[in-house]
Amino acid sequence: MLEQDLEKIFQNKIDNEIKIEPKDWMPDAYRKTNIRQISQHAHSEVVGMLPEGNWISRAPSLKRKAILIAKVQDEGGHGLYLYSSAETLGIGRDEMINDLHIGKAKYSSIFNYPSLSWADMGAIGWLVDGAAILNQVMLCRTSYGPYARAMVRICKEESFHQRQGFESLLVLSRGTDEQKAMCQDAINRWWWPSLMMFGPKDSESTNSDQSMKWKIKRKTNDELRQQFIDMIAEQIKVLGMTLPDDKLKWNEKTNHYDFGEINWDEFWNVVKGNGPCNKQRLVAKNKAHDEGEWVRAAAKVYAAKKLNRQKEKAA
Amino acid sequence: MSFTQQKYFYGDIPEDHTGKDNTSTTFETKNEWPLWEVFVRSKQGLDHKHVGSLHAADAAMAMENARDVYTRRQEGVSLWVVESKYIHASSPDDADSFYEPANDKIYRYPVFYQLPDEVNHM
Amino acid sequence: MHTYLTNYLLHLADTALILSQRNSEWCGHGPILEQDIAITNISLDLLGQSRNFYQYAATLVGPDTTEDALAYLRTEREYKNHLLAEQPNGDWAQTVLRQFFFSAYQYLLYEKLQSGPDEQLAAIAAKALKEVTYHLRWSSEWVIRLGDGTEESHQRMLKAIDELWRYTGEFFMAADYEKEMAVDMASLKAAWMKKLIAVFEEATLPIPENTFMQTGGKTGIHTEYLGFILAEMQYLQRTYPGAAW
Repeated sequence: MLEQDLEKIFQNKIDNEIKIEPKDWMPDAYRKTNIRQISQHAHSEVVGMLPEGNWISRAPSLKRKAILIAKVQDEGGHGLYLYSSAETLGIGRDEMINDLHIGKAKYSSIFNYPSLSWADMGAIGWLVDGAAILNQVMLCRTSYGPYARAMVRICKEESFHQRQGFESLLVLSRGTDEQKAMCQDAINRWWWPSLMMFGPKDSESTNSDQSMKWKIKRKTNDELRQQFIDMIAEQIKVLGMTLPDDKLKWNEKTNHYDFGEINWDEFWNVVKGNGPCNKQRLVAKNKAHDEGEWVRAAAKVYAAKKLNRQKEKAA
Repeated sequence: MSFTQQKYFYGDIPEDHTGKDNTSTTFETKNEWPLWEVFVRSKQGLDHKHVGSLHAADAAMAMENARDVYTRRQEGVSLWVVESKYIHASSPDDADSFYEPANDKIYRYPVFYQLPDEVNHM
Repeated sequence: MHTYLTNYLLHLADTALILSQRNSEWCGHGPILEQDIAITNISLDLLGQSRNFYQYAATLVGPDTTEDALAYLRTEREYKNHLLAEQPNGDWAQTVLRQFFFSAYQYLLYEKLQSGPDEQLAAIAAKALKEVTYHLRWSSEWVIRLGDGTEESHQRMLKAIDELWRYTGEFFMAADYEKEMAVDMASLKAAWMKKLIAVFEEATLPIPENTFMQTGGKTGIHTEYLGFILAEMQYLQRTYPGAAW
């Protein structure tokens, strides 16, 4: 069959909401875009373990400690589900991880910001996970089957992440003056970076949008961002806190909240590696991987030995 | 076929903005553990269902990893793991010859048979 | 007033909590994602066990006491955990060996406790036993895998044994509250050694001959590590007294 016929069949499937599965024919660029997006998503999960993981030892109660451990562990699990689905596209996990470790592959920039107080655990759950969930709910319907299935599983598990974050902030917001200040400070620091998570404005894109056509993405950055702002602007009232944006205002005409300008210079700088924690995050991941090398080698050698012994026994 | 993807999406940062050089390196994996497929029986009476994959050095470890990774929320009562390389999958190219021929055998379905009302619950 | 039962519960709780705290340091830093998740599961199990023991102890101490008060507002000298629990993670060999020593011990201990006279303690132990059974399986396999893996992993296991063996004797030296609880240390020790010998033999590891053992943890005389663990763990509760989280 001619490539253009294959492509037509492929696009037809997508238009008819038929999922693409690993062994189906797909354009090279579709494969590559999916590998890049899924692996970046996976990297975001495992790097995302670090800013929260560093508060596990300091969690202020045993209950909070248990919640936090379970949540950070979930993120590891989600990274694993995502690596698994990318592996169906013909790339090994080791290769993806290597790309991350040498700084070639990217992950969500939000995790290059430091977590400085206990309230950050709540703010990350509420704002960062809240932003991520909007994207992930959309991705449950993405066109590549294994990715969509991983997202369904992830969304099911994630549902407690945002709730626990909000609940933890709620306790702080009703606590002592120091706790209230801690809560407001965390919201102030995480608000703008979480808006940046949705990526640049739609107007910055001049080209036709292949990812939308292929239904890898199904909503634009601005649509998702607006949805997020509308949601958070209401929820913050329950906390009795404020969002650090004096332009934030309900607009009767659009039925949405208006908001101030995002600092895109900061955004691109963090993407390029100049965020407060880019270096530490990569150093930590590299260190863990390098120090695990002998462990992985030993397990592999032992597995081979055991297999040989079984064969000898059988012979 | 060629196109350039310019737009940045959450979870998909384009390569021209990464600020690092993108010269591709040929990658050789050193001690990667084999890939295993995981099947979970969610409760007694149901089939095992494929849920995903993981890496493990051997079968015992694959079983434990499956337990730790895929049943953290009581998702299962029984597990199967099989090294991915042992799975034989049909090819999408064969779909026509494999599955189309089943299309016209309507007599395999109960609704094909019209029965009098008195016995129609059969 | 702390009765012997309270002290015993605190001893069990402290050990589980400190070991959980140590294991959780691996979260995000494991040798491979699957094992990162596995060790974190163990950490969560141990944390759950410690909470059950603390909650029970809190009811004995008095109406104003909570699990958090017991975990966060007691000092180094009041903590009663085994010295082994507070030892640093070291490399993966040291962590899995420490876990194996503990899991083998906890398995045998909880097995006894689940049929003991105190109903509540028996119920906690019965639940914990299921978790520990898995920890023991997981850690035994890792000890064997690393002992009989590569030359490097074997050497690292030897080093881990050298590092940790001297803290294992404390398992079987009864503190006063354990004597009151009538825990049969001698039969525990024999069964523990039997398990250890079986696993070490399969792992091609030598049975340590050194018999000099460090003690003190159970009565609050710790190694220098515990102070740092508690300083980190308790800092929010200490900085903001009385705050709810």
